[in-house]
Amino acid sequence: MCGIISVIDRSKSGMDGSRIKHALSLMNERGSGEGAGYAAYGVYPDFSEYYALHVFFNNLVEPKGSVDEILRTWGEIEFEEEIPTVEQPDLRRTHIPWRYFFKPDISLMPGSTTPEEDIVTMLVMKINTTIQGALVFSSGKNIGVFKASGWPETVADFYQIDQYEGYIWLAHNRYPTNTSGWWGGAHPFNLLDWSVVHNGEITSYGTNRRYIESYGYRCTMFTDTEVVAYLCDLLGRKHGLPEELMVRAFAPPFWDEIDRMKEADCTLNSAIRLTYGSALMNGPFAIVVATADGIVGFTDRIKLRPLIAAEAGDRLYISSEEAAIRRMEPNLDRVWMPKAGEPVIGRVRV
Amino acid sequence: MDKELVINANGIHYTPLNTMIRSAVASGVERIRIDNVLGQRFIADGLKGTVRIKVCGTPGGDLGMFMRGPVIEVFGNCDHAPGNTMDAGEIIIHGSSGDATAHSMRGGIVMVEGDIGYRGGIHMKEYGDHLPVLIVGGNACSFLGEYMAGGIILVLGSGKEHILPDRGIGTGIHGGEIFIRGTVPERALGVGARKAEATEEDRARIEPLIRRFAEVFSVDVEPLISVEYTRITPASGRPFANKYTWE
Amino acid sequence: MSIGSIPIKFKVRIDPSRCMLCERCIENCPYGTYRREGETIFVDSRNCVACHRCVAMCPRDAITIEEKPVDYRSHPVWTRGAREAIYNQARTGRIVLAGMGNATDLPSIFDRLLLDACQVTNPSIDPLREPMELRTYLGKKPRKLEIKREKDGDIELNTTLSPNLKLNIPIMIGHMSYGAISLNAQLSMARAVSNLGTYMGTGEGGLHPSLRQYQDNMIVQVASGRFGVDIDYLERGAAIEIKIGQGAKPGIGGHLPGEKVGPEVSQTRMIPERSDAISPAPHHDIYSIEDLKQLVHSLKEATEWRKPVFVKIAAVHNVAAIASGIARSSADAVVIDGFRGGTGAAPRVFRDHVGIPIEAAIAAVDQKLRAQGIRNEISIIASGGMRDSADVTKAIALGADAIYIGTAALIAMGCRVCGTCYRGLCPWGIATQDAKLTQRLDPDIEWQHVANLIHGWTLEISELMGAAGINSIESLRGNRDRLRGYMLDEEMMNVLDVKPVGA
Repeated sequence: MCGIISVIDRSKSGMDGSRIKHALSLMNERGSGEGAGYAAYGVYPDFSEYYALHVFFNNLVEPKGSVDEILRTWGEIEFEEEIPTVEQPDLRRTHIPWRYFFKPDISLMPGSTTPEEDIVTMLVMKINTTIQGALVFSSGKNIGVFKASGWPETVADFYQIDQYEGYIWLAHNRYPTNTSGWWGGAHPFNLLDWSVVHNGEITSYGTNRRYIESYGYRCTMFTDTEVVAYLCDLLGRKHGLPEELMVRAFAPPFWDEIDRMKEADCTLNSAIRLTYGSALMNGPFAIVVATADGIVGFTDRIKLRPLIAAEAGDRLYISSEEAAIRRMEPNLDRVWMPKAGEPVIGRVRV
Repeated sequence: MDKELVINANGIHYTPLNTMIRSAVASGVERIRIDNVLGQRFIADGLKGTVRIKVCGTPGGDLGMFMRGPVIEVFGNCDHAPGNTMDAGEIIIHGSSGDATAHSMRGGIVMVEGDIGYRGGIHMKEYGDHLPVLIVGGNACSFLGEYMAGGIILVLGSGKEHILPDRGIGTGIHGGEIFIRGTVPERALGVGARKAEATEEDRARIEPLIRRFAEVFSVDVEPLISVEYTRITPASGRPFANKYTWE
Repeated sequence: MSIGSIPIKFKVRIDPSRCMLCERCIENCPYGTYRREGETIFVDSRNCVACHRCVAMCPRDAITIEEKPVDYRSHPVWTRGAREAIYNQARTGRIVLAGMGNATDLPSIFDRLLLDACQVTNPSIDPLREPMELRTYLGKKPRKLEIKREKDGDIELNTTLSPNLKLNIPIMIGHMSYGAISLNAQLSMARAVSNLGTYMGTGEGGLHPSLRQYQDNMIVQVASGRFGVDIDYLERGAAIEIKIGQGAKPGIGGHLPGEKVGPEVSQTRMIPERSDAISPAPHHDIYSIEDLKQLVHSLKEATEWRKPVFVKIAAVHNVAAIASGIARSSADAVVIDGFRGGTGAAPRVFRDHVGIPIEAAIAAVDQKLRAQGIRNEISIIASGGMRDSADVTKAIALGADAIYIGTAALIAMGCRVCGTCYRGLCPWGIATQDAKLTQRLDPDIEWQHVANLIHGWTLEISELMGAAGINSIESLRGNRDRLRGYMLDEEMMNVLDVKPVGA
């Protein structure tokens, strides 16, 4: 399902959201007007040390009270406000998008080596599973996800994304199948630093979900994409796999290819498949994953979904369609189609 | 001398664009140029006749689907499945194209100057005097000519680097032939396909296609003719005959 | 160890006191069960498939066929079927193919749903005297009408209706391709639907020139093999149906073996003679829901948005969500084929174990589309094992707009459901391309049988509706209040959204 586009400026120069809005709406044929969203990195420079928690509230009474309480228990809210929006005629406002800038109290999780992240992850899971009418959909530092049910341009105008400047943008035009078009089901999906946009359907979702839930994650959004964000967090952050190997675990080489590899490669790739067999994602997909350090795009092992990459100067683009990239940047230095299962990686320059 | 009709496709949805093309063809226009194409799908979908269309820009998927007769020349890259279920006519792409190029094509010719994506020429089939031809100047990806039931796929690999499809060439092929420049390892073949070095006779047969390609894209023809080609054909007309038993 | 021969499936006996040696049985049996030696007809029972052609043609009722005369030692787990499949696969190492629909004895939900009738509190309607409307339109309906009242009081309708198919009765004949069945079978059914004012599907084998006279009542199918699909074919059909899957074998493709591709089939499918016609499992231009939208749009664009486009899927677990995705693709109808749907040949393991019952699928799809407010976007056509007018009525009450029959229409032309379609020797001239056999099926006679069947069902549906006090099919559609579940469990009734009997 869906169309995706993403861009990174490797020099970390900011780009406002106006171009990606047009690019995404060029792919409206891939969507159904029931979900669109944007993730931008670098949008909250004034609060860059705080976790930006974006929450959909059904109302500002009970759910918000509960969320305020649990956040204050676990840390400090530096600032909070309703996310500024502009009413759009063809967008039904079913939730109130809110944002908190939050700092967890690390003394409350003494046994952890990454207490901040662990507290935030725990809070996201807890709020999403136990507080009715509240859904945290974005929880990274200096990162903002803006999404809703509607066409890409409507959602963009609702959140005025042209007012935000980011050095990474991920955008998604949704055609829902397994779950109806609700705000929480729109992409990008985010947890901490990780954001994901996804075109396709993961037929191994049941396997992946049971796997990831055994590590304490809770899937709450009724969609297969959420599991990708958690898998990235587990493999990339907790297990410390580099991006290439993380992608290798998700879309590993076939056994006959592994059998032909030189011994060291064969051992490595066999180890990945044996260890992370439950993280292997099956079915058609094209996915772009972002962290503050860069973006990674990849497709399934047999290339059932399209993915095009392009470069222009410092910028790397990854999208479902070349035309969408050209809508953002008509003059490209290079355009190519990545091979099945091979990651396209764009890192910020350090 | 007939005049060329110029359409500026900037911001035009494909349905009105196709309506313009159809009414132009109906009124006897023989040449059309479409400028500023960006992402419009289905250009010339189901179009009949002999009109020549130049597409300038980056068209969307299914260019020339179900088309019978017209000649389309694209100056840019194509998306998914140009020539899908096409019946007759020509699609000439001065660029590359996406996955499933020439899917289920039954007749005519698709020529791609650059590379094509995965599953090129999948389920191409011939019938009577319909013989579909797909010529790829650059490289093709895996699953080339899967389920192929007729026609010719020719991969020249004449770009900077000649990269063979990794796997699944001609899986389930039960008609037609695939030519790939150079040698192809056995493991890249799919179930039901077999390979052999192209014979003098085979080469004589594809030579006019190579010459046509070289002429259209103004490339040097000799290096493409004087090299070896691998010919991939069905191992049997019944690739899956041994898979089933009756109750 | 030797497996040896397995017990015969049928025992054929000829009563010598009745047999008059007319040899009609020999002539009629394409499987070589009978031969004459002197004054006796010899029987080789092992060849018999119980197609009953000989029984039907014997002028003296001299033939009896006994099923499974030699049984295995009984065992509740290791059934005859389980054991024989193992012997077969132990010998061959292959996938077991079988014909017709699901042959397991899973209970029918239709049989456990009971229809309602009026008594006292409201009157039943007599369809003989009073109008009874079965007319059905298939296709998109607008969510609402834009009406403008002019200054002079005239009303102007500003909504353009999408093209819809007009059916006199909500029963159509589903897609059985030329190649799978004979041209005479297709001609008979086409003439019947044309006469009745309803439609039939071409199947994925193209449209033979002799069927063009009925093209206004034909729905042309576009399947993954794209056989016979060109722009003329698309323009000829009253509607276009994209086949994604079928109930007898969800998730896999099909192969028409080369031996069935004679000159006529070759011409219609537009493939070389004797070439296998392979329909891959997915359409290779559809790997995702937005690709389906693209195929729907490409077909509409090619036919200038003048034809409704249907999408046929097998009823699988997630059918409701899939149908809701299809509803958003600008398709005009979704065809759901339940797990009892028939086929010429399917892997037995698929036929018997993959997919869900059509009753639950209709209920789930209708409910989902209503919950999402998009039921008007798309019509629901249900198929897969519709045996009689009661099944049709219950399917519509669960939420279908119309239904497809398949096997029932073949039975009307003589089919005895022997399930041996895959042999290509159908003695009834239906599932065969052998000219000697196909000529047994005379379209001038059989069209009438098919038409009679549908007409008879139509009368019964009218009576059932009348008894329920309903005189228009719209009031039956999705009217689950007029159904009650009998011996269905609570979960099932929740899925169907019906109450139990007595409630």
